[in-house]
Amino acid sequence: MGIFDKFHRLARSLEEVRANFGNFNVVIERILSPTRAVVNGREVILAGTNNYLGLTFDKECVEAACRAIQEEGTGTTGSRMANGTYHSHLVLENELSSFFGKSHTIVFTTGYAANLGVLSTLVNREDAVILDADCHASIYDGCRLGGVPVYRFRHNDLDDLEKKLRRLREKDPQMNLLVVVEGLYSMLGDRAPLAEIAALKEKYGAYLLVDEAHSLGVLGDKGRGRAEEAGVEDKVDFIVGTFSKSLASIGGYCTSDHEGLDLLRYASRPYVFTASLSPANLAAARTALRILQERPELKSRLWENAHQLYGSLQEMGFELGPEPSPIVAVRFREPEKALSVWRGLLERGIYVNMVLPPATPDGSALLRASVSAAHSPEEISRIIEAFSAFAP
Amino acid sequence: MNRDEILRDVEKLLREVLSTQAEIKPETRLEADLAIDSLRAMELLAAVEDHFDISIPINVLNEVQTVEDLVDQIQKLLAEG
Repeated sequence: MGIFDKFHRLARSLEEVRANFGNFNVVIERILSPTRAVVNGREVILAGTNNYLGLTFDKECVEAACRAIQEEGTGTTGSRMANGTYHSHLVLENELSSFFGKSHTIVFTTGYAANLGVLSTLVNREDAVILDADCHASIYDGCRLGGVPVYRFRHNDLDDLEKKLRRLREKDPQMNLLVVVEGLYSMLGDRAPLAEIAALKEKYGAYLLVDEAHSLGVLGDKGRGRAEEAGVEDKVDFIVGTFSKSLASIGGYCTSDHEGLDLLRYASRPYVFTASLSPANLAAARTALRILQERPELKSRLWENAHQLYGSLQEMGFELGPEPSPIVAVRFREPEKALSVWRGLLERGIYVNMVLPPATPDGSALLRASVSAAHSPEEISRIIEAFSAFAP
Repeated sequence: MNRDEILRDVEKLLREVLSTQAEIKPETRLEADLAIDSLRAMELLAAVEDHFDISIPINVLNEVQTVEDLVDQIQKLLAEG
């Protein structure tokens, strides 16, 4: 038996899809702006990124990143625990603490590493994690790495969450229970009912970790995310997030008022055993964080675009995610239909993300469109027009 | 609840979740014989949890290959209270 034989089923599915629909891997041959790229030799509008504030080409962010490379080099070549903690890592950690109004922040090399680093270390076999079934893979992987028992509750189902909390609390009144949810879910673009979840975590004496990867810069008056919007920032024990979406860079963080957070630096393998965030990425993230605070009009424009796309597709009769948000998920019962619409959109110069089962939450296929503050009204109109060719 | 009663209920839940008429025996393999994918596995887990009023950590799923393995886990969790 060969080492790749375990992928037999996957290889067969891929062959089948390619035979029916051709190659569906997209290479961005040339990136032109936050909303434009060349794919398959032609210019397309990007309506499937996480560039919510559209800052990847912002003059200030680009200049800051260039300056950082010139002054500090292209990479740190070391771990945060060795030679990889520069002054700017600490400055960014302080800036994030001030922004969130928390006392401790750790910066990780990616958003994935942030969840992996926190969840593999904060909880262990003696504790329990109760997570929303739709949580990101990095959350599952972090739990798996640390070996904590994981209990899933049905997506956004408060009764199911309470059942899990009650059973675990009855079994062991002393056990550390950590509830893990996302502020805004990446696939369907729906929010967590965070005020109610925070009330349940208080009732059962649990901790609460919220992944604000998709909600930073998107939700809340100040753009701090779902916890701010729901008015429960003081009840959220740990906020995890990323720089690779609204902050137009790469990297991740965890922020908290718990003093113990800093101990994770010495115990978290994904923090210790990887090279630290590069100077250019640090500088871009710092600049974007400042712009996020200085230019609230970006969030307003983002939401105008979101409402326009969601409202128009809803009117056309598409089956959408449960609420308007910058992530507009269009559901298809048949994966083949999703594939053919996805290709049709690309032919019309629109790129969206395609998500096929089992990666989708409920087994249906999704076209995940997402908007940016950088989309012009004309670009949004072109996206809508392209979808209209496939209206049910 | 004895083992036979648990087995009987698990069979019933499996039929509901999978909408199958296939023969289900203790040694039936969930993935290989019943073609349960990850999504169906999660539905089954939720149905089992609600029916028996227990919480099953998803970590144990790697150890659950057959119907009998699932019954073992349920029996263990019921015994733990």
